[in-house]
Amino acid sequence: VIPALGLLAVDPGELVAARSQMAFTLGFHIILACLGVGLPTLVLIANGIGLRRRDPIALLLARRWSLVMAVTFAVGAVTGTVLSFEMGLLWPVLMGRFGGAFGIPFAIEGLFFFLEAIFIAIYIYGWDRLSPRAHLASGIPVALAGLGGTFSVIAANSWMNQPAGFVLGPDGRVAAVDALAVIFNRATWYEVPHMFLAAYLVTGFLLASVYAVGLLRGHRDRYVRLGFAIPFVVAALAAPIQVTVGDFAARAIFEDQPAKFAAMELITRTGPNQPVTIGGVLVGDQVVGGVAIPNLGSILAGFSPDVGITGFDEIPIDQRPPATIVHLAWDTMVGIGTALVILGLWGLVLRLRHRDHATARWFLRGAAIAGIGSIVALESGWIVTEVGRQPWVVYLVLRTSDAVSQSGGIRFTFATVIGLYAVLGIATLVILRTMSRRWAAADLAAGGRDTAELADHGEEHVPYGPHGDR
Amino acid sequence: MTLVDVTAVVLWLGVTTYAVFGGADFGAGFWDLASGRGEQAERSRALIAAAIGPVWEANHTWLIFDLVILWTAFPVAFAAIMSSLFVPLCLAAVGIVLRGSAFAFRPVVGTGAGRWITTAIFAASSVVTPFFLGAAGGGIASGRVSLDPSGGDLLGSWVNPTSILVGLMAVAVCAYLAAVFLVADARRLGETDLADLFLRRARAVALVTGGLMVIGIVVLARDAPVLANELTGRGWPLVVAGLLLGAAALAAIGQRAPFGTRPLAVGAVVAVIWGWGVAQYPDILPRTLSLASAAAPTGSLGSLLVVFVAAALAIAPSLVLLFTLTQRNRLAGHGPQAVADPATRID
Repeated sequence: VIPALGLLAVDPGELVAARSQMAFTLGFHIILACLGVGLPTLVLIANGIGLRRRDPIALLLARRWSLVMAVTFAVGAVTGTVLSFEMGLLWPVLMGRFGGAFGIPFAIEGLFFFLEAIFIAIYIYGWDRLSPRAHLASGIPVALAGLGGTFSVIAANSWMNQPAGFVLGPDGRVAAVDALAVIFNRATWYEVPHMFLAAYLVTGFLLASVYAVGLLRGHRDRYVRLGFAIPFVVAALAAPIQVTVGDFAARAIFEDQPAKFAAMELITRTGPNQPVTIGGVLVGDQVVGGVAIPNLGSILAGFSPDVGITGFDEIPIDQRPPATIVHLAWDTMVGIGTALVILGLWGLVLRLRHRDHATARWFLRGAAIAGIGSIVALESGWIVTEVGRQPWVVYLVLRTSDAVSQSGGIRFTFATVIGLYAVLGIATLVILRTMSRRWAAADLAAGGRDTAELADHGEEHVPYGPHGDR
Repeated sequence: MTLVDVTAVVLWLGVTTYAVFGGADFGAGFWDLASGRGEQAERSRALIAAAIGPVWEANHTWLIFDLVILWTAFPVAFAAIMSSLFVPLCLAAVGIVLRGSAFAFRPVVGTGAGRWITTAIFAASSVVTPFFLGAAGGGIASGRVSLDPSGGDLLGSWVNPTSILVGLMAVAVCAYLAAVFLVADARRLGETDLADLFLRRARAVALVTGGLMVIGIVVLARDAPVLANELTGRGWPLVVAGLLLGAAALAAIGQRAPFGTRPLAVGAVVAVIWGWGVAQYPDILPRTLSLASAAAPTGSLGSLLVVFVAAALAIAPSLVLLFTLTQRNRLAGHGPQAVADPATRID
């Protein structure tokens, strides 16, 4: 027996610190990861429109968005590296026992991340130097590798929720591995598309919200309109698909993870005719507060009021996730997701009625807060998945409390990480704000951003001007 | 060769590549720090930014690759290393965060205090990060990684003569590789005075590295006799090759014939790293854990190799493309700054 795998009594303070640090750093990274997947697609759309229609404004947007992408990708690369370290620093037992299975999707992720890092450099540094077509083409692997990387990482997370494809040996280590069964576990099919769509949704609404604020402030030139339209349309298309995929995912969790589902819907007693409770908290065994819609829980889970749902009364107390957190996060995600679908439909209605989006102030106010809202929904969804899996790190196989590091000092590293990431987050926002202000000042100095005026000093603004192709 | 051996070779290839390319990037940060002030210093910094800007993220990815291979192929060793070397690896992770973000922010912050702060953070973290990674490597090589779940002696695992020596050597080797690479970059961009400057720096730091190696022989013989024995036993041809290649690189620099120095310098570093690997074989943690007993099941190793082959097929040509475009000046040398603000572009 290898002693590193043995189980000792764990300091509960260290466990809380380790879970908090992992949640905090992952919650930080997930926003950058979404931008890493979504931004390349938006940049390529703007770049493609610019080349196809010979539209200097679309090209200017593509160029500027690609610089935002450069900053967020760099920060995402380092925060992602921190997560790689944390896998071992915080959870050595998880890695020591299950690395042989759990690690495989991460190896695939490494491949995609590599491609992403290579081609993002070629794209960002290739403006003006490569031919327009070659430059556009160099961006395509970035967008695809982002999806591949997401698939791999989320397959690993799915495996934690629905572990499969391994046999445990007598020493508690993985003794045999079927890589395909690890990667394509029961949860991969719904977690992966849900995350893909989340990435486009978050990036789209976040970017659109910047230009929505511009439109609200009365900047209604084509630059701002197009800057709003491209990301908004992408996000508005993703939103209804996301809600549908989420609905499938919830039914799958009803089948696969009854404790998580009971927490999501605050089901206390097993049986049919379960309600959906909007809001509310669990105090002891009782749901306090909230609005209950009778039978809807059973109908959503199995299309009939007669469908029985497992409640906490049938789940041992040491196998229950913290229900109130999971439930409120779930309500938040569903609520915001629904609101985002409505916002997208609102935009469609305005379009069908030939109304100008730029003057629809309440629509724009909604779009202006949709960016932050979509991030809140993203974090809430991640809380539902991760907190809802507790007390397991590998569902029904390894408890989180048994996986944590016993090196000591995680309280200290957590405090350090909070300070470091606070500085990093603020610095990133300041940098992006500086870039945005500098561009606005440059546009003002150049006398505006209308096409006609741009043509006069195109060399400064158009990536592929007369001297562009060098 | 067993499947375990093949996987170990893949892991060691990844470590070597990170040491060479990641190391050269760290070393560029060292020279950023050492450049001081003045007009030539600022041109040095511009050269460094142009040289590593397009490639640093790809080079950094080798570290992720190595971590992933280690935890998938040799999970028990990964768990033990992360537990025993908790402190230096936490510090290295902090250094990586500071370094990458400061480098990405620097082109945007302009010329005031922001530039000074980002430069200081980028340069300082470029020096301390390889030190802590090297110290962790020294802890592994000298057999100080414990299999105890508590990680064993969390301070002695990296505060010891071998760790300090390997940490310092890591910094020196990074600086050496960077100086040699920057000579070629400076010539390519027509900055002849900078090429001369980095020639002198490469020569100076090569002597420091050689001196550290001599000290290292004494230190290792006293502090890690097993490692010293194996290095001089089975590992001796590689150690000798490393010394010869290092000397040849030094001679080539002396002849001011920089085009042969890059392969020679890289060869010297590769030989030393493989000398360590050969000396340690067949253990992954010397005297504590063999590769075979740390290894994941055949299914894991097999699928890792499949991923590795796929990666080699996809990544190798992409990397060649990236380096070729960089070397042919087909990527804007001053990067985001130049793209953002065409007025400052240097063509």
